[in-house]
Amino acid sequence: MNPTTHADKLVSMREAIATYVADGCSVAMEGFTGFISFAAGHEIIRQGRRDLTLIRMTPDLIYDQMIAAGTAKKLIFSYMGNPGVGSLYCIRRAVEKGIPLPLELEEYSHYGLVGRYAAGASRLPFFPLRSYIGSDMLAANPLIKVIDEPYGTGKIAVVPPLNPDVAILHAQRADRQGNTQLWGLLGMQKEVAFASKKVIVAVEELVDESVIRADPNRTLIPGLIVDAVVHEPYGAHPSYVQGYYDRDNESYLAWDKLSQDHNAVKAWLDEWVYGLENHAAYRQKLGQAYFDKLKPEPLLAPSVDYGRYR
Amino acid sequence: MSELTYTASEMMIVIAARVLKGARTVFVGVGLPNIACNLARHTVAPDMELIYESGVYGARPERLPLSIGDPTLVSGALSVVSMADLFGLYLQRGLVEIALLGGAQVDRYGNLNSTVIGDYAKPKTRLPGSGGACEIATNAQRTFMIMRLKRRAFVEKLDFVTSPGHLKGGDSRAQLGLPGGGPELMITDKGILNFDNSQREMQLSALYPGVTVDEVKAEVGWSLRLAGKMEEVDPPSAEELRLIREELDPGAMYR
Repeated sequence: MNPTTHADKLVSMREAIATYVADGCSVAMEGFTGFISFAAGHEIIRQGRRDLTLIRMTPDLIYDQMIAAGTAKKLIFSYMGNPGVGSLYCIRRAVEKGIPLPLELEEYSHYGLVGRYAAGASRLPFFPLRSYIGSDMLAANPLIKVIDEPYGTGKIAVVPPLNPDVAILHAQRADRQGNTQLWGLLGMQKEVAFASKKVIVAVEELVDESVIRADPNRTLIPGLIVDAVVHEPYGAHPSYVQGYYDRDNESYLAWDKLSQDHNAVKAWLDEWVYGLENHAAYRQKLGQAYFDKLKPEPLLAPSVDYGRYR
Repeated sequence: MSELTYTASEMMIVIAARVLKGARTVFVGVGLPNIACNLARHTVAPDMELIYESGVYGARPERLPLSIGDPTLVSGALSVVSMADLFGLYLQRGLVEIALLGGAQVDRYGNLNSTVIGDYAKPKTRLPGSGGACEIATNAQRTFMIMRLKRRAFVEKLDFVTSPGHLKGGDSRAQLGLPGGGPELMITDKGILNFDNSQREMQLSALYPGVTVDEVKAEVGWSLRLAGKMEEVDPPSAEELRLIREELDPGAMYR
């Protein structure tokens, strides 16, 4: 059943994770290098979830942390790096040495995983794309297949639909029904939201429905498919939210060093995840002045005229 | 005129920029290729628009992007689209004229590995994987590669083919129906290699000032072909170096 559009879906992150993320389920936390809900990832760690299938095109620091904490048995991905920095050492430790747990990998290219979300979103049996032919990725992942073109003489690669149990997305703003507006890199969030069985949206600002209705072209995800709305300012830190805060690159560089040692990671998780009650405590620990330094100069788009037709 | 001093990385950036002369659309990653594109836009390719796999067309970054999804790529861009649209409508549609790619390993036919060193199931080193590279290598009209010459990177046989180049050479790429033209150039820190022969095999076509053929051959893991005529390459000009050092990479991150 779809949630009704007019329900008030505002909940705490603790409640959202407790309700929609169960042991063993598949979770897609998306956002391409920005809009990454670290707040949700940390709450999943705090609640001690196990055996998750984690899905993200670029696992980023958040999945490195969640995998180091032992939440996952499998990772579906298309680029495994610390973007612009280097390696993801916790994931590599899990893959190469089984620390803290072995991790199964299912690997795609970017367009392949985007295609899986797109097929899942529109409930199609597969997504065709011009990629993979001539690549060893075909042999590495039997779910990627090559078929005869139904209307031509050539061959085309196809990937199956992906329908995660839960999508967790961070955006600039939403109303209490989950009508969500996002600007900046649109990534694959729309496809993931429509593909997933449950959708949790976390936002910087909670706004009135009239704000959404004043600029409908900016609504990426309708409340119709959203199950929970969490008001979580700075919830994507240390990744960024366009116009609100920059990537905290020092944190990404620091993680590159720290994450090379499993015991240092455990100490970090103790201090910054297990040792804090929630994301509000994380914000408080860092302090407002810390976030103020990440605020970009304003660059406003001029408003547009939708016209009033009556 | 006094002789200018420059680093091997600066030479690589300058050459990568010069070969983009007149380009209209370039698909680019972060780091050194990004600086090369911006240098080209200031010099030989004023109409160039940069395309990033994160969904940006016509980026005008005001700082060096920290990652391929840096918010500076969004502000001031011509268009920002979903990744489904970027890969479908821009790349697969054939609108990418030149793609710049690299990898951990390359073979003589320009096939690239960015996935694993060693066995896929039990890798010695797990690398990041494809990202968009496989479909970029498949669909871009032309592919230029940028890599430092190293024997462990220029190998006889790849541990894993992530992104198809000229596959087994000759017309094997066309036979499989890949839409893009495949690798045309390999820009290195010592010289330029091209694929201008019927086998589509990488061959040394230009040496940077002061570099010998033997120095290049020493860093290549197969018996390297030489082009019929070795081109001469001018060193970086004062203006090219000024743009790199003062405007494009003032923090010297990539030099």
